[in-house]
Amino acid sequence: MTETGQYNFAYLDEQTKRMIRRALLKALAIPGYQVPFASREMPMPYGWGTGGVQVSAACLTPDDTFKVIDQGADDTTNAVSIRKFFETTAGVAVTEHTDAASVIQTRHRIPEQDLTEGQILVYQVPIPEPLRFLEPRETETRKMHSLEEYGLMHVKLYEDIARHGHIATAYAYPVKVEGRYVMDPSPIPKFDNPKMEMAAIQLFGAGREQRIYAVPPYCQVVSLDFEDHPFDPSKADHPCALCGADHTYLDEVIMDDAGGRMFVCSDTDYCASRRAQGHLGTEGVPFKEDVA
Amino acid sequence: MTPLLKVRDVAKYYGGRIGCTDVAFDLYPGEVMGIVGESGSGKSTLLNCLAGHLDPDSGEVLFDTRTEGLKDTVTMSEPERRMLSRTDWAFVHQNARDGLRMGVSAGGNVGERLMAVGARHYGDIRSQAIDWLGRVEIDEDRVDDRPSAFSGGMQQRLQIARNLVTGPRLVFMDEPTGGLDVSVQARLLDLLRGLVRQMGLSAIIVTHDLAVVRLLADRLMVMKSGRVVETGLTDQVLDDPQHAYTQLLVSSVLQV
Repeated sequence: MTETGQYNFAYLDEQTKRMIRRALLKALAIPGYQVPFASREMPMPYGWGTGGVQVSAACLTPDDTFKVIDQGADDTTNAVSIRKFFETTAGVAVTEHTDAASVIQTRHRIPEQDLTEGQILVYQVPIPEPLRFLEPRETETRKMHSLEEYGLMHVKLYEDIARHGHIATAYAYPVKVEGRYVMDPSPIPKFDNPKMEMAAIQLFGAGREQRIYAVPPYCQVVSLDFEDHPFDPSKADHPCALCGADHTYLDEVIMDDAGGRMFVCSDTDYCASRRAQGHLGTEGVPFKEDVA
Repeated sequence: MTPLLKVRDVAKYYGGRIGCTDVAFDLYPGEVMGIVGESGSGKSTLLNCLAGHLDPDSGEVLFDTRTEGLKDTVTMSEPERRMLSRTDWAFVHQNARDGLRMGVSAGGNVGERLMAVGARHYGDIRSQAIDWLGRVEIDEDRVDDRPSAFSGGMQQRLQIARNLVTGPRLVFMDEPTGGLDVSVQARLLDLLRGLVRQMGLSAIIVTHDLAVVRLLADRLMVMKSGRVVETGLTDQVLDDPQHAYTQLLVSSVLQV
């Protein structure tokens, strides 16, 4: 028996996938609403993307091309292990190129390159409830969602300004979807928030918390703010040291113990494709296909 | 004149035990009513039924809403009731910790109700919060401190500011001075009396402290074993108690 033959396609059994697909359809029908689902034990620890993996498993078909990123990078532990997991259990093609992928599972980033219709972006979500740290009772937060009582979300932003002088929430920045549900966009940097109004389908899976939610294509996604403190999708004020891009989200890399640092694109595929096109930053070297 | 609150035959049972029963009264705008009685007499049960925290087993609680006039708050929809409790009603808990968000700064606590009804301008929210902190005698420079850094009396005053900021018409108070020492109590009562008169608030105050009702309440209701045993003007009830239990209550007050 081949390695793939030992598993049902994409690891989960068909009944489980059916259950997840029903939750996904409901989530797509009510943008931003958290649909409970019977999350399964997955062969990885909670916090490593058990929710995202289940959603990906329910979406994948044998013809799909799969890409996994972790903080924008294709080559980090989390991304590599999840990619190998589906290579083994589903035998689907995998890629590192954003435009070649039909299903992209992501942790903490949206790819820099605009996604197109027909692509699916699957987020790994640790805590789906945006109101959780302000209101610990699940019964109460559910009621607040159903009655659209979202004043509390602004209390958090108020506290930010009172303490730091500006809205210091830099990731998991709360958004309102289609003027109705307030949603936690998973811990993506707020730089990515404006990109959520996109052509691709966005699915969010939280394994431990057993919730699935979704943003259908071209939905309105508004980041919450105050009139006198408008939303600001900030980023580090540098160009990428490798590809010279000044419009991408950057990682700060500490180079030595004397304060040396370098800013590079967090989206490795985007950075590599720019270098392949001949863009070069201050510390970049010309791109060669065989050098990773 | 239409009463602000009209209560008819409200009853609440805990299984076979009586929480409160046969309670009926009218509260007119600008009037402050005190409810006194011993522990377990049903005062808090009644107050929670009136404020929508408990569902009474029978009876009507009619509130004079701004748009639709008298409306039964027991049967109205939950969004409507929660809207009332954010705007026209206020609830001051005995323990300030129950009514405050301890992890949020004083300014945020006062601003929460404003943001809940749609305020989205940080500068306005903050200046209103500072204004209200001033009215309850909390210094402006404490606006970014958390309530956990406040004394008990300050926490209670902060809770009052947080409740009154949206200009409610009816305030429910459950032992507002409980657990405070006498000098802080006196200051708080003075403040409350000023605010109630100044804003023309109606209030229902539950307490076992007769001095509190003497100072604040226009009318008094004495409860025992879940029933109202005596009602009347405060001075009349306290100076000339008719019911045996009221007589006991009045004569039990310690003299210094």
